[in-house]
Amino acid sequence: MSGGAVARGRTRRWLAMGAGMLAWGCASGGRPPAGAGGRVARFGFGRPAPADLVAAWDIDVGPDGAGLPPGRGTPEGGAQVFATRCAACHGPTGTEGPYDRLVGREPREGFPFGRSPRLRAMRTVGNYWPYATTLFDYIRRAMPQNDPGSLTADQTYAVIAWILYRNEIVGSGAVMDAGSLVRVRMPARGRFVRDDRTGGRVIR
Amino acid sequence: MPPRGAIPGPEPTRISRRTLIRAAAGAAAAGLVHTRADALERPVERGALQVGLEDAPQEVGRLPSELGSRAPGEELRRVIYRNRLSGGSLSPIHRLEGRITPADLHFERHHGGIPDIDPERYELLIHGMVERPTVFRLADLKRFPAESRIHFVECSGNGNGVYRRSGIPRELTAQMIDGLLSTSEWTGVALGTLLREVGVRPEATWFLAEGADSAHLARSVPIEKAWDDAMIVYAQNGEAIRPEQGYPARLLLPGWEGNSQVKWIRRIELTDRPVMTREETSKYTDPLKDGTARQFSFVMDAKSIITFPSYPYVLPERGWWEIRGLAWTGRGRITGVEVSADGGRTWQAAELQEPVQLRATTVFRHLWRWEGGEALLMSRATDETGYVQPTLAQLVEARGAGSTYHANHVRAWKVESDGQVFFGLGEVS
Repeated sequence: MSGGAVARGRTRRWLAMGAGMLAWGCASGGRPPAGAGGRVARFGFGRPAPADLVAAWDIDVGPDGAGLPPGRGTPEGGAQVFATRCAACHGPTGTEGPYDRLVGREPREGFPFGRSPRLRAMRTVGNYWPYATTLFDYIRRAMPQNDPGSLTADQTYAVIAWILYRNEIVGSGAVMDAGSLVRVRMPARGRFVRDDRTGGRVIR
Repeated sequence: MPPRGAIPGPEPTRISRRTLIRAAAGAAAAGLVHTRADALERPVERGALQVGLEDAPQEVGRLPSELGSRAPGEELRRVIYRNRLSGGSLSPIHRLEGRITPADLHFERHHGGIPDIDPERYELLIHGMVERPTVFRLADLKRFPAESRIHFVECSGNGNGVYRRSGIPRELTAQMIDGLLSTSEWTGVALGTLLREVGVRPEATWFLAEGADSAHLARSVPIEKAWDDAMIVYAQNGEAIRPEQGYPARLLLPGWEGNSQVKWIRRIELTDRPVMTREETSKYTDPLKDGTARQFSFVMDAKSIITFPSYPYVLPERGWWEIRGLAWTGRGRITGVEVSADGGRTWQAAELQEPVQLRATTVFRHLWRWEGGEALLMSRATDETGYVQPTLAQLVEARGAGSTYHANHVRAWKVESDGQVFFGLGEVS
């Protein structure tokens, strides 16, 4: 591209961005450079993100299922994955530790965790986690702790199926995949509220 | 510097009568107003000691060096409270002066160990609901207009060990209670500048921040914080940020809970809803007594703690002593700190060290005359919203006894009639 073409391209971008930039004019977060005629512009630092880099790093899974890969797994298959890859830290049945307890529905009534500090160690996937999709997101990004990201998609779906089955949330024959996982309704789903602290005289 | 004859060391739970006598003798030469340097830290057993000035031979000094080191006896240490991949260490806030935490004493909390990142190969990806998904190298980040600001970082779990109504230990240092707090001058680029660069689409309302550590720690953050004061920082107190603080670059969300200020940041994805990561659902949420759990409780409310006198200091004699401490709020500036020496019956305004800065720790000081009896020292901070640091009873009433984070209630120190100081929250009615 000739220098003139680059300059024309930049001018078009500035013009296209003008309306959006006006909306940001009052924001205090950072300083944009001044462009021609006082119009703000970009610095042009950085490089366009390569598609393969985005694909490799974009590992999150949202509550709407966005980001879930193809694959499937059942509690039966997950039992084997759990025994070999997870049980050393979470215990043979997901309750013994030494690290986080994963299985357990007690206390079944009332979500009383705010009332007693003794209940903190009793939090599990079954009684506290509001979204099943978080299991896929977290296992893929961080588990097993000694080799994060090493489970295949099928293994991940399978171990999730096992954890949900052990928590009495899905049946023993459940098949977990991108379609079914997002439809799982977690027992604690309705318990979470947005922060209502505002400052001022009220203690919350 | 330590008082003559006193050597800071490990902190035992008992103090001998001999120690107290020696302490009193050593302090007799002190001036009218005592400072922390006049007080004693246990133990004060005499061991291999620096040469006293009166004993020093006339020797020539040492030559310049390329890297300085702390004076002998001044090598402070963090306390590791959990020695594993998802672990951390506490900053010695009771042995620091002023508001800035030396970078190598900044508290640690990480969820998958400390990664070793090659700064030449480091990249930050910003993508999602943007016009131009972009990768920035460290050199790119440093080329943008830079800002330096002093802000505290505090773990939202800081102090939750003393969020209890019974069995509160007495032999706790301020470091053990509230050492997951540190303050630095951070330098970097405003996140808003980077978002302008990539062009945020109007439907974006949140962004996911993700680390390059083995936990790939991830938090969803409302986009308003990006336009307000969020930064990508690469320097701390004048030099590159420390590996355990996120080298080569971390997210800084001034005044918000530490875990949301993602270290070793490698990816920011603009979204139209939170991702509901494990940290913002099963971990850093606050169960309440009404059967709900508070989520996305980012802001650290106003809080203060007296760092002197505190355990394990000993006041060797009655007279004037300067009460010192730290106050901070994620909601703006501290507007006042009150100090009580009688367990909260009466309060007096402490002096605030200027400049009082936005979302930064503020040092407070108050001259107090100790008459030799028992005293229960407390501090409470007020911020510019009018919020007053609550008592433990107020917090428990509002949230319930099982709430987990944001334990910003008033702390207390019990001064015994013999000058020993202990954590005194258990004595607050």
